[in-house]
Order: sequence, then structure tokens, then C-alpha cells
Amino acid sequence: MGLEYVKISPGFEKYMPRDYVDLVTFGQFGKQVDVMQLGQFKELVEEHPMCAGCYMAYFIRVFYAALPNPEDTIVLGTAGCARLALSQAAVPFIYGNYGDTNAVASGLKRALSIRFPDKVKDVVVIAGDGGLMDIGFGMTMHSWFRREKFTTIMVDNEVYGNTGGQESGMSPKGIQLKMAPKGKQFDKINAVELAQTAGCVYVARISPTNPKRIAKVIRRAILAAREFGPTFIHAYTSCNIEYSIPTREVLADARAREKKDFKFYEWMTDEVKEYLEEIERKEKEKAKQEVQK
Amino acid sequence: MDKEKLITPGPSGYMPTPGAFMGVELPPPGKALLYGEIVDEETAMREAAKAMLTRRNPTIFPGPLVLWGWNAGAMEKAKAVLELAMEIPNCRIIPMPDYRPKYPKIDPEAEINPNHPNLTILHNKIEACIFVGVHCHYANLSLRMIRAGTNCFTIALCAEMGHEDAMVSLRDVHAEEIRKFKDVLVQVRKELGIEWEPKLPPENPSLPKEDWTKISPLDFGEYAALLMPRKGEVVEESE
Ligand SMILES: Cc1ncc(C[n+]2csc(CCOP(=O)(O)OP(=O)(O)O)c2C)c(N)n1
Ligand code: SF4
Ligand SMILES: [Mg+2]
Repeated sequence: MGLEYVKISPGFEKYMPRDYVDLVTFGQFGKQVDVMQLGQFKELVEEHPMCAGCYMAYFIRVFYAALPNPEDTIVLGTAGCARLALSQAAVPFIYGNYGDTNAVASGLKRALSIRFPDKVKDVVVIAGDGGLMDIGFGMTMHSWFRREKFTTIMVDNEVYGNTGGQESGMSPKGIQLKMAPKGKQFDKINAVELAQTAGCVYVARISPTNPKRIAKVIRRAILAAREFGPTFIHAYTSCNIEYSIPTREVLADARAREKKDFKFYEWMTDEVKEYLEEIERKEKEKAKQEVQK
Repeated sequence: MDKEKLITPGPSGYMPTPGAFMGVELPPPGKALLYGEIVDEETAMREAAKAMLTRRNPTIFPGPLVLWGWNAGAMEKAKAVLELAMEIPNCRIIPMPDYRPKYPKIDPEAEINPNHPNLTILHNKIEACIFVGVHCHYANLSLRMIRAGTNCFTIALCAEMGHEDAMVSLRDVHAEEIRKFKDVLVQVRKELGIEWEPKLPPENPSLPKEDWTKISPLDFGEYAALLMPRKGEVVEESE
């Protein structure tokens, strides 16, 4: 990876499919795009087979636009709906076995830092609530205990969406699902608190109602993971199939949940805070200078 | 058994035994594979050249290792591939820029995907092809699939040790070796009496993206009724 990997060999420009020429010419490699400009540049992920109106798919679209260095990023996913779109993106993707994403990511991140000591390579796990908090729970927690330097993003639809509606540890108490007809007997796991206790240096909980905020959180989590340790984002990404939310009410649902149990929450260690503030201050200055030019 | 012709153009049927299981061994340095047997490089090159010159719709499938200019070696190799393409009459170049699955489907005239290479090969009726710059694990996967489902003669110009499932497999192939193969090809072309002025293959015909705003339900023919809601119908539930 690296920018040199997204440069077409001289002479081959006219033999490449148009999609790739567009990615190189109008894509986001080598530049920082603003998520508010989605639709005005060639995106890293476009067509995908997730359900029409799926909020998880929207979150993934914003995720790719928010990557600080897409050309130096590897995304890890696993069984579950998210991988349907993740595997279509123009960013290297590794499919971990169900549950072992964070173990694979640990090895990968360490290998990359040995193989490319002078380069920053970002490793990001995106997996479902079942993948991270149920079946992959042990490996998720241990990657945090070991302070592995990568980002974990949980796209929480509060159900096993991909396999037709089993309850997960993240489903709310009392909820009746297709394959949990008696209603869930236990409380929703407090993932954010677990992450904080287990050693994550940056933790956020978000209901994706504001694209700018999603992008900011993702960027912060990735930047902090480079230097300090594990980072975690818990995102509410409703499943309009299993929870029967009509597509046009998906955003209203996200807003309602934001007022209830998905209030925006962000926590980081002091050193992370200092580090991010410094970066963001410099960026602001640079932007100001550019405007003046 | 006729060991010489262990690996021949297919279709050899769904899930054929891999070359390696049939006893095909990778060639030592300086040697090559022809139909699964270890032979001199020159012999293999001549047979590969003959296939590219005489079979229908010869095509080169360059992979990411030559398409992307990630180092000087890759760019030089890319140049050599173009020089080779120029010498093959009516040759085409169909790239494999990466290995990701494509939704909903690839455009078989614009690219080839290792997960279903037969779409491109059958659509374009390709009967001879060259793999170059494709990472070995994906070349292995594709070459066996092509042998299973098509009558395409496969040639692997491998930068590593070669591929058991290709009809011709050369090893340690970089820019210099590609140029050597080109010289052999030009020689064989002359011997066969084929006249050809070197020229570059046609450009990629990638179609403009479909304009969804112009699609009408009527485009869906008898299925249109499934798409158009009945009068007054409001779909509330997604189940
Ligand atoms: C080891 C293993 N066990 C079970 C499965 C079956 N499986 C596939 S997806 C899935 C549930 C996915 O739920 P979640 O992680 O919440 O993702 P979602 O589909 O809801 O986004 C399961 C159990 C599997 N692929 N591998
Ligand atoms: S099943 Fe649910 S989470 Fe999965 S793609 Fe469909 S709407 Fe999205
Ligand atoms: Mg889920």
C-alpha cells in the first residue's frame, strides 16, 4: 500500500477500467476529503449488496470518507452484514473468522510495524455486535488488555442481522426478535464502559445523526490508535429489516435513540486529548492559511 | 498415462483435480512447465507463442503487480507487457486491477476478476491468455477455474516459481524475460508466415455508468408489475 500503489503504470491508463481511472483521478487517495462533500468525489465504496435503506451501510459510506489515510489502511471484518459492503471497497479488506477479528488485527498491526517501520499503517476492525461482544468477546477484550494499537468499531444493530434475527448481548432487554420469541431476558451490555476499563485510550458512543461528527470520531479514534493504544467506537446502526423500521423513518429512529440510550459520549486519556488537540489546532491553522491564500 | 499432456485446455469439468495432486511439480530455475511437464524454457515459450498466435481472441490479463506503478521494476515490466502485446495479432488487454468481489457484476469486456474469471473468458470467447503480475494465490485459484470451465489455453508468466494449473508456466519472469518471450513469439510468427505490423491493442471499453435517473420500470418487461406499487398502496413494513 501507500500512494505509489494507487498510481497507474505509465502506458496502462487507457487499459484500466474507468472505475479505477476515476478512483485515481477523482478519488480521496492522498487528500483529506470533507464528508459533507460526499457525492462530489469518487468514493471508496459504491455499489454493495446490503439492504436498501440500511443504516449500517450509510455508516460504512461515511467511514470510508473519513479515513485519514485510505491508501495506508487495512480494514478487517467478519461474518455479519457489514462485510458485504466492506469487501467491495477500494481499501484492502481481510475477512477474519467469526469472532477472531481482533486477534487477526493484533497480529496484522504488529507485522505491519515490523515490515514497514518507517510508515504509519492503520488497522481498523469493523464488526457487528454479535461478532465483537458475543462470539468474539474474548478476543476483543484481550486485544484491549494487551493495548494493541488499532481501532475497533462496533456497528451495533442490536441483533444478529445477517442470520435472520437472533438476540445478541447488545439487544435491549425485553425485545422480541424473530428467533428470540420469548423476549430478551438480560440487559444490553455496556460496551463503552467495558472498553474503558479494559484499556482503550479513546472511546466513543454515537448514533449516526450527524455525518461531520461521525467522521470526526472515526478520525480521532484512528489517529489515537497510531500512537497510544486501542480505541473503540460503539455506533448505533439500526437494522430496518429485523426491527421493521421503514426506510424513511431510519433517521428519526436514530435521533430518538440518541435522546435515549445512545447519547453522544466521548472519552479519552489526557495524553490522547493533548495529542488530538495539537493535531486539530495545526489543521485549523493550515486551513486558515489556505483560505487567506 | 501420457505425462506430457497432464494439463490441457478444458473444460475439464467442475472442480478438476489440481495439477499438484496429479503429480505436476514446479520447475527448477531455468526450466518451465508445458502441459504439466518440466521442459526447457525455449520449448515452453514456443508452444505458448503458437497458442497466442493461432488460437481465437488472444488476451493478456495483467494483474495488480504490473498495473500499478508501485516501483521501478513494476513500471518496467508494464512497459515490456505492452511491447509483447504489440507483437500479437489482434491481441487484447483486459486488466485485473485488484481481487475484490464486485457487486452486482463485473463488466466482462472491461475487466477480469479472479473469483469468476470465466465470465470474462466466455463472454469474449478467449481461447488463449497470458496471466502476468497476478499474485500467486489468486493466479492458482483462477487458472484452475479456467481449466475447469473453458477451453482457454492458459500461460502464466510468473515472477516466482510458476503454476501447475497453467498449460504453459514460465518462472522468474520480469521485464527482461518478457522481452525474451516476445522475441521468441516474433520468430514463431515469422515461421508461421503470419504478417503483422506491431500496434497497441484497443483501449478499455469501460461503458459509461448506467444513468439510474433514466431507468423506467418499463425497462423491466414482465417484471415491471413487481416494482410498481399498486394504486393507493403504501408499503409500511419492510417484512
Ligand atoms: C464461527 C461462526 N459461527 C457462526 C457463524 C454464523 N454467523 C454468520 S453472521 C452471524 C451473526 C452476525 O451478527 P452480528 O455480528 O451482530 O452482525 P450483523 O449481521 O448483525 O451486522 C452468525 C452467527 C459464522 N459465520 N461463524
Ligand atoms: S439485515 Fe439489517 S443490518 Fe443487515 S443489511 Fe439488512 S438492514 Fe442492514
Ligand atoms: Mg448485529
